Amino acid sequence: MAEPVAWSQTQVDLGGLPVRLNRAGKGPPLLVLHHDTGTPERLALYDALAHRFDVMVPQHPGYGHSERPQWMRSARDLAVLYRWLLTALDQPRATLLGLGFGGWIAAEMASMAPADAAKLVLVGPMGIKPAEGFILDQALVSHIDYARAGFHDQKAFEAIYGADPSTDQLVEWDLCREMCFRIAWKPYMYSQTLPHLLGGVQSPTTIVWGAEDKVVPPSTAQQWLKAMPKAKLETVAGCGHCVDMEKPAALAAFI
Amino acid sequence: MHIMYFTEQPMATYPADKGLEFGATALMFSNSHFDPVSGSRLYNEYIEQYKLAEAVGFDGIMLNEHHNAPFCMQAKANVFASILAAITERVKIVILGNPLPLAENPVRIAEELAMIDMISKGRLVSGFVRGGGQEQLATGVNPAYNRERFEEAHDLIIRTWTQAGPFRFEGAHYQHRVVNPWAVPLQKPHPRVWIPGVISKETVVWAARQGYPYIALNTTVEQTNKIWELYDQTAEEAGFKGGPEYHGYLKQVHVAETEEKALENARQFTWMQGEFTGLAHPVWSTPAGYSSPENRRGFVEFSTGRGSSPRRRPSFDEQIQNNMIIAGTPKTVTAKLRQVMEQTRPGIMSLWANDGAVSHADSMTCIRLFGEEVLPALRETAKELDLKSPFEANTPVSIHYGPNAPKQAVAAE
Repeated sequence: MAEPVAWSQTQVDLGGLPVRLNRAGKGPPLLVLHHDTGTPERLALYDALAHRFDVMVPQHPGYGHSERPQWMRSARDLAVLYRWLLTALDQPRATLLGLGFGGWIAAEMASMAPADAAKLVLVGPMGIKPAEGFILDQALVSHIDYARAGFHDQKAFEAIYGADPSTDQLVEWDLCREMCFRIAWKPYMYSQTLPHLLGGVQSPTTIVWGAEDKVVPPSTAQQWLKAMPKAKLETVAGCGHCVDMEKPAALAAFI
Repeated sequence: MHIMYFTEQPMATYPADKGLEFGATALMFSNSHFDPVSGSRLYNEYIEQYKLAEAVGFDGIMLNEHHNAPFCMQAKANVFASILAAITERVKIVILGNPLPLAENPVRIAEELAMIDMISKGRLVSGFVRGGGQEQLATGVNPAYNRERFEEAHDLIIRTWTQAGPFRFEGAHYQHRVVNPWAVPLQKPHPRVWIPGVISKETVVWAARQGYPYIALNTTVEQTNKIWELYDQTAEEAGFKGGPEYHGYLKQVHVAETEEKALENARQFTWMQGEFTGLAHPVWSTPAGYSSPENRRGFVEFSTGRGSSPRRRPSFDEQIQNNMIIAGTPKTVTAKLRQVMEQTRPGIMSLWANDGAVSHADSMTCIRLFGEEVLPALRETAKELDLKSPFEANTPVSIHYGPNAPKQAVAAE
């Protein structure tokens, strides 16, 4: 077993907006963009990646307990901030690992700088309107039900959040939910222009999908392949939306 | 004192067992359970009841609107306000209120209200609300910007009513190239604005800063007096004196010929498990961003069953005991209302008189008894307690106008 990973926590100032950043490991740079439900401080996946990469896990501004930019209106705004962050950290070529909602942000970033990312890994990405079915609407379900819907195996959910998530966790999910509403209420969690802007992306791209994803229909992968014809698709059997938390080893192998 | 008649316009003819089975009677409760035949009958019965309310001496008729739920059939307050403008002659038409954030074009609301004001010959009182949480979802409006939209739409409507057009409006949520509706209100400087509410302190403070009367909706005596304390304190900071003419109170009150009959009908006030707005789903009634940040913890606890509902009501008997629900013969009701008036001192009183499955005949009896026996006694009490309405006290329509601002253009006879 590898030695324990030492994580540092810093604040990066982006024009007066403090962005919280967890960072660990050595190797080529890798930026992780978390889900719409925020991220736990530590995950087995993050530790595994830190053995091979310089892993940067920022907390999206406005999500969890990070400061909310009141002016923000779109996922594209977040993408611009993250390009700014990579520039500030002198890592413009970092690999982008986008998880669910984070996959949307990563794709927007790639569309802005089509040759910059060393690699692009999008996991069950939101951002494109599914041809079949819908992106699950969290406005209509409880915070716990929505978080649980991300997992095919409920034991995997409980291993991370507990069978009965704390009230602090619920408050954090509510803050995340409010920020999602602020920037992606209508149309809900996708962009009508993004599919038309991805054709120029030159970074090698892997689309990963949990075969049992109940949040973003797995068939949406075909639309991503249409928008990015050179991308590779990897499907993870017996896994829900949160591949990062449910099958971390399988996901790490694609990165 | 200004005394209004109110009903939620309930539709009790839906299959209640289906609601219980589904676990909610709002938003996602299927409208396949809506019966337009009884809907047509009920709408017309409500019109009869409003006409009687005017005939027996109520000063006003209070209207509201809700969406996707049988507890309130009225989906657009301005529709009923338009009907009342034409078929009544004397009562104030008190809309409490138009849910501003739901509007994509507040100028249209301003225009509709101006028409209602002219058709009614200056009888409109135009309240504004934020709309319930479920209403935001039912109309697809972003709950996270609810309060911002409310305040911005309000500002735009008041400007539309008071500033000569054309002008341009560039707000955060509303942008209009040309604001210049042909119709403007009859009442000057503009129709009175009253603000109803339940639990948001922000709304109480906002109403007081504007100099608008605040109508406490079915709150307890204790909550009501806390609201007045906050209102009057804010009013003082804003430079005017609060008091009864700025305080309104909505009470559930049912009158019948006998105590037994009144109590039986009053049970209908708890017809949907006693929830104020029907059997609600906590996640739908409080979408993220809709409520005050200080209530966030309470609401997420409630939504998972860890905390009790911030809107919870006690049992029927308890509500009768503490005058939350008042029911009885005119004599009983008059005595109890006097008690409540002494305890809370409102200058505006709204009587929510019939709810749930109370029959049309019983509703008409209730309204008639109010007019014949209760209202005259309440007026005496109000005089004795010096409870003046905004009309009697001649208060300015808002903080921006003095008491001598022009009140009304003269309507043609």
